[in-house]
Amino acid sequence: MSPLAFIWFLLIGVLISGYFILDGFDLGAGVLYPVLAKSEADRAVIRRSIGPVWDGNEVWVLTAGGALFAAFGPAYATSFSGFYLAIMLVLFGLIIRAVALEFRAHDAAWGKLYDVLFVLGSFLPALLYGVAIGNVVGGVNLDAHGDFAGSFFDLLNPFALLCGVLGFVHMLVQGAGWIALKAPAGTDLARRARALRGKLAVAEIAVFALTSVVLFVAVVPGGAVEIRALAVVFAIVFLAASIGALKAPSDLLAQVLASVGCVGLVGVAASTLFPNLITATDPAYSITIAGAAGSDMTLAIMLGIACIGVPLVLVYHVIAYRIFRGRLKKEDLTY
Amino acid sequence: MDWLSDPVMLARIQFAITALFHFIFVPTSIGVGLVTAVMATKSYRSGDPEDEAATRFWVRLYTVTFAVGVATGITMEFQFGTNWADYSRFVADIFGAPLAAEALFAFFLESVFIGILIFGRNRVSRRMYMVSAWLAWGGSALSALWIIIANSWMQTPAGFEIVSGPDGSKAQITDFFAAALNPSTLPRYFHVIVATLIMGALVCVAVGAYYLLRNRSEKLARGFVRVGVIMGVVSLVLMMPAAHWQASTVAKTQPSKLAAMEGQYEEGPAALSLFGWVDEANEQTYALSIPGGTSWLADGDPSVSYPGLNDFDPTERPDLVNVTYQSYHLMVALYGVLILVVALGALVLRGAFANKKWPLVILSLGWAAALLAIEVGWLVTEFGRLPWIVFGVMRIEDAVSLAVPAGQVLATIVLFLAVYCLIFVCWVRLLRRTLAEGPEAFAAGGSEDAKVEAFAPSYFGETGDAAADAAATKGGASA
Repeated sequence: MSPLAFIWFLLIGVLISGYFILDGFDLGAGVLYPVLAKSEADRAVIRRSIGPVWDGNEVWVLTAGGALFAAFGPAYATSFSGFYLAIMLVLFGLIIRAVALEFRAHDAAWGKLYDVLFVLGSFLPALLYGVAIGNVVGGVNLDAHGDFAGSFFDLLNPFALLCGVLGFVHMLVQGAGWIALKAPAGTDLARRARALRGKLAVAEIAVFALTSVVLFVAVVPGGAVEIRALAVVFAIVFLAASIGALKAPSDLLAQVLASVGCVGLVGVAASTLFPNLITATDPAYSITIAGAAGSDMTLAIMLGIACIGVPLVLVYHVIAYRIFRGRLKKEDLTY
Repeated sequence: MDWLSDPVMLARIQFAITALFHFIFVPTSIGVGLVTAVMATKSYRSGDPEDEAATRFWVRLYTVTFAVGVATGITMEFQFGTNWADYSRFVADIFGAPLAAEALFAFFLESVFIGILIFGRNRVSRRMYMVSAWLAWGGSALSALWIIIANSWMQTPAGFEIVSGPDGSKAQITDFFAAALNPSTLPRYFHVIVATLIMGALVCVAVGAYYLLRNRSEKLARGFVRVGVIMGVVSLVLMMPAAHWQASTVAKTQPSKLAAMEGQYEEGPAALSLFGWVDEANEQTYALSIPGGTSWLADGDPSVSYPGLNDFDPTERPDLVNVTYQSYHLMVALYGVLILVVALGALVLRGAFANKKWPLVILSLGWAAALLAIEVGWLVTEFGRLPWIVFGVMRIEDAVSLAVPAGQVLATIVLFLAVYCLIFVCWVRLLRRTLAEGPEAFAAGGSEDAKVEAFAPSYFGETGDAAADAAATKGGASA
């Protein structure tokens, strides 16, 4: 594979990690919305805690999708068409959640409807992203044209579902952490979120242990020693971050460590996948980095675009998170 | 009902539904975004509380529309991969880059500053708030550029070569700037952006007229009509060179589309018809037309000859000729209607038709003509491209996802219709509520500010707990 193709493999990993870190917490907060909120004020606080940032967070997935399309077109085509119904469910989730979140505060009479849409729309992507990654890593039935040849239910295999649960629980940890971080000081909501974050983190470590055993024993048959070692390093990063978060003295540190955990999880997936992008049950049909990469000219142009665009994006995020920093106050609920 | 089991037709229907629905909200939000930025600037300069309330009001109209545009836009980016996998494989080397660039350069910019517009009024300076309105609008205008680059490449592909590999042939980039600035990018962008501004202008006029009809907020309402009329005059004048540039580009680069637009079957000088009917079965067009009119518009010479549809291989020319023809002529006719509406707005501002209701009723409905013109204009551009997905390079039927069974596409079409209908109802309902409450709801101490009082003040104290909170919260019945 060309160096540019390798760089783009890494960059797409970075974009997916960025998406997981950022949209992970607002999807998780959406799923936990009915669990943690006990009053209308609680609900308003949770919505408001993600209100100014969810859209920017979500753009990471559009960037990652566009980058995958440009850099590794066949992988984009195969995964999006192969996981058709799953992708559509993610899509419907993102659509109804965006609308519900923006409309809810202005239309209290239909509040119940918007709450249902918001929770359902958060739940679908939060669960299905992990299932998709599990399939890509675990292997799917591809034909010689590179098209998915299995059925929708083949995608719901035990390993993929386990990965789905792992990703889902991690987003819940992030979501609970975010609510603990943003809820007004001293409120019961902040305390409940903090307590739940701890319980979920313990549960997640158990799910992670189980997934890792399946992954290293049954799913990934061979692979170079260095690559397997790298996966173990990422697994250790994840575990260290998760255990550290359990003992973190502040909500902010716990959230940062949960974000490091995202990098660990994406790292394990990426290193067990390498040098494939999508593993096929018949290895001859696997979609590889080298085979799917676009021309060097496109990859170089894209790298130029990324070198200008990514620093700008970081500046925008710093602006947004600085302006809306700190715990919510009373005046934040009017806008 | 063969199309029910035809994956290509179903994928096309799905794309058409999702694109046309998305295209209600995007031009509206770009147009209204500029109105919002103008209002924000006005209130920043005057410091008048009434202008400030008007700005908050427009931010609400803008952002709820923007939200639906964002939500339905995600579909568009994913859909190339889900429904058009072989297209994606063929064009990825060229087509992916503008989509990624759109997200990086435009969507992030929009999202951050829209967030500040909605939630940041108490957190940023008044100057920063005004600047945010302009940056959010700039972001959306920039996103339009990238997506128009992508679409224009499908219409007038450039800067690439076809290479054959083990997995079949694909397009590979040879010149990025030639691909991005292909022959139709700039005329199409100019045309589309001006169309969004016309839409914004007509919405602004309509909102003003709505309040004048109800004798509410008269000073603000007249101000809205004035801003809308000024924007409308400027954008309608700009549309003339924009439309001319676009049409002459089509004449040069997509002659089969031009022939369908004018329903011209035989080679000769292209007529300019006002209205008519294409009898596709007998390959005849009956129209009231100016002979050589289109040739004159495109070349300055009414005798310049253009190929007719019969000059193209029957498998390489648009098949929906009458739809393309009618859409095109409807768009042009609606342009005439819009000129009359804006002129009427100018007369109303000058005091004509005092105490008459009908002019205000017309002004409050003019936006519908602008929206319809935008939608049918889009049909012209896409139906005129047929049977190609990439003009002259790749046919529609070769582009679809082979892995997706027709039943799954049909099922998702049904789901899209259901979800989009629901969203549409919610959106209309929210706009009507916002209009009914009016700018006065956004004045300091108005009903918008009262919302926060529904929450117990103790909630935000250091000692707040769930019990006290639930007891004191009006909306806490479910606690």
